[in-house]
Amino acid sequence: MKKNMLRMAVALSSILGTAAVADEGANLVINGDIGITVRAPASAHLDNLDEVLSGWLFRADETQVMQMDDFDNPGMIWVDAARDQFAAVEGGEGKSCASCHNSPEDLAGVKAVYPKWNEEAGEVRTLQMQINDCRVSRMGAEAQKTDHKSMLYMEALMASVSRGMPVNVAIDGPVQSTWEQGKDIYYTRYGQLELSCANCHEDNYGNMIRADHLSQGQINGFPTYRLKNAKLNGTHSRFKGCVRDTRAETFKPGSPEFIALELYVASRGNGLSIEGPSVRN
Amino acid sequence: MASGVKPRVKVPKTATAGDIITIKTLISHKMESGQRKGKDGNIIPRSIINRFTCDFNGQNVIDVTLEPAISTNPFFEFEAMVPESGEFKFIWYDDDGDVYEAAKSITAS
Repeated sequence: MKKNMLRMAVALSSILGTAAVADEGANLVINGDIGITVRAPASAHLDNLDEVLSGWLFRADETQVMQMDDFDNPGMIWVDAARDQFAAVEGGEGKSCASCHNSPEDLAGVKAVYPKWNEEAGEVRTLQMQINDCRVSRMGAEAQKTDHKSMLYMEALMASVSRGMPVNVAIDGPVQSTWEQGKDIYYTRYGQLELSCANCHEDNYGNMIRADHLSQGQINGFPTYRLKNAKLNGTHSRFKGCVRDTRAETFKPGSPEFIALELYVASRGNGLSIEGPSVRN
Repeated sequence: MASGVKPRVKVPKTATAGDIITIKTLISHKMESGQRKGKDGNIIPRSIINRFTCDFNGQNVIDVTLEPAISTNPFFEFEAMVPESGEFKFIWYDDDGDVYEAAKSITAS
């Protein structure tokens, strides 16, 4: 009898546990073909997490479903647009992306290792900075602003061809000091509300912040299509939104601070799959 | 012609005759409602897809009137019965007179 009661209590709690949130045991497979790792053991450098979780797990059922098929994923419209852009000649050198890189598929895996160290330039580069370098020095085209619309399209294309590959950002060697800076920013409380990234995304993921279900703030799904603004959103713009919500004066997209933060946050997601362009609320 | 317009259609390649299949269509279009004002204070002229039709072997499947409140990149999902092999033809009508077409054939067994 007692045993039965106990079993019932366990069954009940598991029902109640999943009722508030989307199915936590869900797995993400895109187009019935690309398997996405949405749960992975945390990297050794993460002291306060055992498991890293994709933001996909924290979204409602219907939002999750949108990402499972490319036709339903509104972000894929711009991946298509970027394919045209990839082949289009731009700038004074008469070159397109395709002149050197052939097809976007040849660049599979690139998104997974950025931000990374560039030896020649002696700096940590985000993927957008690398694309800009290609545009300026190889194509003779104008540089685009961080998170500019067509830059995000291109980044989404790069992400889409790398989908399913594990994020594998290096944190040691020449990038270490930048990584440490990013870590500092992550744990620094900003703004009138005195909130650090960690207060929400490490201490309270899985809890509700008013109507919003807090995720771990992983960026493996970026650029992200957000239902709230119906467009692709870049990592830096998202950081800016978060810092602004703490009622702080924010860093600028493309600033050294955000580059460092992107490196650090990306490294927190090592082991998760690239899934951009993801669909979030 | 409105820029960046690209129709997309998803239809199963095969079906059993008499089957009901699901069709999904999406067209990238800005769907400017004609109610917004630009930076100069003037109204941005309306530019939307105002009609969408789907025919199967010449027989009409669906005919939709679109209104300005429909948001950007209109997406339709609907069902159709497939009595025989044939071709689905999709047509979108733009405010500016442009017509965008797509076609997909299906084999019924």
